[in-house]
Amino acid sequence: MEKSKLSRCTTQKRNNLLLFYWTMAWVLTMALIAFGPKFLWDNNDTLNLVGILVNFLAGIGMILANKKHLNDLDELQRKIQLEAMAITLGIAVVAGLSYSMLDVWNLISFDAEISHLVIIIGLTYLTGTIVGNLRYR
Amino acid sequence: MKNNIKDLRTKFNLTQAQLADKLYVSRQTVNAIEKGKFDPSLPLAFKISQLFQKPIEEIFEWEEENI
Repeated sequence: MEKSKLSRCTTQKRNNLLLFYWTMAWVLTMALIAFGPKFLWDNNDTLNLVGILVNFLAGIGMILANKKHLNDLDELQRKIQLEAMAITLGIAVVAGLSYSMLDVWNLISFDAEISHLVIIIGLTYLTGTIVGNLRYR
Repeated sequence: MKNNIKDLRTKFNLTQAQLADKLYVSRQTVNAIEKGKFDPSLPLAFKISQLFQKPIEEIFEWEEENI
């Protein structure tokens, strides 16, 4: 019993850490390619390309780490994640296209930015996960 | 779906955390199953049945209104 507890805790902790490291790598390389060309390497094309490639690879690592994290959850935790992701996908498509139309027909005074959609996705997923955990508490 | 896992767990003198360890799930999952908020998969139901040495139909009770 004690062994299985340790094993489960260890697996989840390891997966969480792995996901954290890959997410940090992706965020930091994203910051690097966002600000590096202007402040660090004077818009050198080769370095820009290398930066984008490294960021892309870090993103792939983050996706795989997230997949592993999800696969090792138990069935209730997976259900909570599935519901949160379903809502997030729906909101992302519906809100994203509505937002885009607002921009196309000049109903908003600023340009529709992808970063706004990413923020909506993040907040929706976070809310969905919290609500799911509260529901099955 | 109703179940008597809480009674069986008490009879076997197990906490939710201990049962969760034996079933290799989280304590939250055991709690949700006991409260009838979440129906376990067939493999997990068999694990529970095996652990308490009782047939599945003596642990879980199907409710017609769920159909």
